Amino acid sequence: MALFKSIVSRLRKGLEKTREVLTSGLGDLLRGRRLDEALIQEIRTKLLQADVGIQTTNRLVEGISADYKSGKLSKGEDVLEYLKREMAALWPSQDRSLRIATSGPTVIMVTGVNGAGKTTSIAKLCSLLRGQGKTVLLAACDTFRAGAVRQLEIWSERLGVDVVKGQQGGDPAAVAFDAASAALARHVDFLIVDTAGRLHTQDPLMRQLTKIRSVLAKKIPGAPHEVLLVLDATAGQNAMRQAVEFSKALGGESPAGVPAPANGKGTPGSESAGGVTGIFLSKLDGTAKGGIVVAIKEATDIPVKFVGVGETPDDVEVFDPESFVEAMFG
Amino acid sequence: MFERLSETFAGVYKKLSGRGSISESNVREAMEDVRTALLEADVNHEVIDTFIQQVVDDSIGRQVTKSLEPGQEIIGIVHRRLVELLGGSAAQAKEAAELTALGVPAPMAVPLAAEPGILSVSPGPTIVMMCGLQGSGKTTTCGKLAAYLKKRGRSVMLAAADLQRPAAVEQLQTVAAQVESDFPGGARVTFYSEPDKVAAYGKAVGVAVGVCQRAVEAARKQGIDTVILDTAGRLHVNDELMGELQSIARLVQPHQRFLVVDAMTGQDAINSAKAFHERLEVDGIILTKFDSDTRGGAALSVKHVTGAPIKFIGVGEKLDAIEEFHAERMAGRILGMGDVVSLVEKAQEQVSQEEAERLQEKLAKGEMTMEDFLGQLKALRRMGPLKHLLGMIPGVGAALKDAQVDDKQLDKIEAMINSMTRKERDKPEIIDNSRRRRIAKGSGTKQEDVSQLVTRFGMLSKITKQMAGMSAASKVKAVKQLGAANAGMGGLPGFGKGSTRTVSVKDRFKKRKK
Ligand SMILES: Nc1nc2c(ncn2[C@@H]2O[C@H](COP(=O)(O)OP(=O)(O)O)[C@@H](O)[C@H]2O)c(=O)[nH]1
Ligand SMILES: [Mg+2]
Repeated sequence: MALFKSIVSRLRKGLEKTREVLTSGLGDLLRGRRLDEALIQEIRTKLLQADVGIQTTNRLVEGISADYKSGKLSKGEDVLEYLKREMAALWPSQDRSLRIATSGPTVIMVTGVNGAGKTTSIAKLCSLLRGQGKTVLLAACDTFRAGAVRQLEIWSERLGVDVVKGQQGGDPAAVAFDAASAALARHVDFLIVDTAGRLHTQDPLMRQLTKIRSVLAKKIPGAPHEVLLVLDATAGQNAMRQAVEFSKALGGESPAGVPAPANGKGTPGSESAGGVTGIFLSKLDGTAKGGIVVAIKEATDIPVKFVGVGETPDDVEVFDPESFVEAMFG
Repeated sequence: MFERLSETFAGVYKKLSGRGSISESNVREAMEDVRTALLEADVNHEVIDTFIQQVVDDSIGRQVTKSLEPGQEIIGIVHRRLVELLGGSAAQAKEAAELTALGVPAPMAVPLAAEPGILSVSPGPTIVMMCGLQGSGKTTTCGKLAAYLKKRGRSVMLAAADLQRPAAVEQLQTVAAQVESDFPGGARVTFYSEPDKVAAYGKAVGVAVGVCQRAVEAARKQGIDTVILDTAGRLHVNDELMGELQSIARLVQPHQRFLVVDAMTGQDAINSAKAFHERLEVDGIILTKFDSDTRGGAALSVKHVTGAPIKFIGVGEKLDAIEEFHAERMAGRILGMGDVVSLVEKAQEQVSQEEAERLQEKLAKGEMTMEDFLGQLKALRRMGPLKHLLGMIPGVGAALKDAQVDDKQLDKIEAMINSMTRKERDKPEIIDNSRRRRIAKGSGTKQEDVSQLVTRFGMLSKITKQMAGMSAASKVKAVKQLGAANAGMGGLPGFGKGSTRTVSVKDRFKKRKK
């Protein structure tokens, strides 16, 4: 798979340019070394450094430790393979494609905290879909942040698609309603809905998201077919709460959704993902590894579907677990 | 945020207290819990290692193991080290202040200055440069700083130097206009941009340098006090764009270089902060999105690698949602000691001294009406989300971790009072069945809610009247009883039971020991 080539090469290029290599990979750490307790501790540190989180890290390290003690693991290279296998197994291959409506427009709702990269990611999705010959309509439901509508509009002009918009400060649910009507009337293949950034701790704003969702559902049965949470790759452990809370708010008819794990820790297992159907991991072109998605997948079963690797509409890749792990350790 | 840490520290205290004697290994063991908690709080693991080592060394040095109060002693050490990590030593701050006082040029004094606020140079304009990763919140923070300065009578120019992100210029323009029209203060807020210089990604690298130079020139001509340069977000590994920032810094010579960091950042905070600092010698940090439930470990990391003081924290989307950062207070918050000082300051911002005195008098006479209560409630709510506020009260942070502190309940109370007539607000006792029915209907609540509000309001005014004549000590006692009886404010819907209790840290520790 050549999917992550560009990330890896971009990353290298970036790193070569800086005077100091900021992160050294687990690959370097492991190759040609014999496994011992000290090395296991170093692996632990690397995983924590990648934001994988303490619970998932402990689980992985305990696995390595056990296999080391029973003699199954002895070489550094084997550990690398072990980790790749363990993590790739978290993302079975079939569950990463976009959910498509059986008939009529497919509605993709894009959510996330402030500055996560929602609007830019929409430009990327739009560009991907246009490349496949699909027709796309955009809905500018971020009526809150100054300049947000204009930002989406500029992308729509550059990408040659239409955008439905309302007044700055207006009701986003009303924009969603108009956009859904327009999508039906114009028989577009996809409607992508931009929303205002909000912190998952802001109750009224989270309720507004529920409202947008139900407006879309009322107008187009089954909508939104895909609810993407845009997650910044630099995000720390708090992103777990984001995944849980956004899922809860977007849980559709049965908002029971995901039981909130205490203190931001997920309980391993596969509870229903609730409302969020996929993660768009943005800004993976920096030095952040985005390891929190590993913990999120363990706790909530939300798959990563796309990764963002730059600021232009072409800087998008379909998520590939093997390459992700490679990039994480490489 | 930070509740978890508070809890852990309380646990550490418990572990080390109530034992006859403790060994060095007891200390190390307790510190492992601290390590886990700090990792969960996104503190960088390098920072944690240094921190823990310091605490252990200090503990051994001060012979904590022989102390009669080892727990207390360690908490003290942890607190001191935490303050240092968050804000540098007090001595350093003093030194910087002295340098400035001696007339050492500001840019030289700045790196050490841990004074709150934004320094001012003369002759102006003071130049503030903002930088940071994409999406960290630079533009919004520019607006907040402008509002902050305007309130203090300092005129501001916001200059749009983000030529890359679509509509970034428009965003700053709108923000500038909002500050100018909607926020208090007499000073001017102006906006500078060169819209024709805007270009697609990577197409205008370097152009921002000239824009910044011309903005500063314009500010000088207009006699503006402070000009804030909003630069484009960039990755620390993007050599070209980092070079652009360096050029701006070299040619414009900003007096303050603020790095804007998302408080929700994980372990990578250390990498990006290090890179920005190497290129720019950052001299102040602004942490944004602190109103999330992040435990904010990035704060410690960023401070650690740059040595630059954390100047402000952003606590909301509104343009006045910015606070000066105080290491002492933040460390106290981490340790569950609350942040009463911030709370009082916030309250002072919302309620004037005369207003407070007028109310005090009314309270003393038992004349407080629903109307006054509504005013208080509104002032309280302008101070921020309730949970955030309650977190500042000593002892409440940890206790509140799982409590339902629901701003919705306050909506309800507001709605009910809004549905009352003037007469009902003045004399709630006249509210009978039919009035109750009308109020409930008007506010979309239940009749029980209305009667509950009226009863509890009655109790509250009775108690406050009694309290007015008391000494401070008996007041505290009365408040405690109030909490215990779950009456008054403690029992008003929206205030979890006993959540307004104020227990001194000492008391709390005493209780734990039993
Ligand atoms: N380097 C990089 N920057 C990104 C990526 N995605 C978004 N951004 C930038 O992040 C900033 C915030 O993005 P925006 O789409 O406005 O975020 P929103 O507030 O969530 O809609 C902008 O400066 C984008 O250019 C990415 O994958 N890589
Ligand atoms: Mg946006």
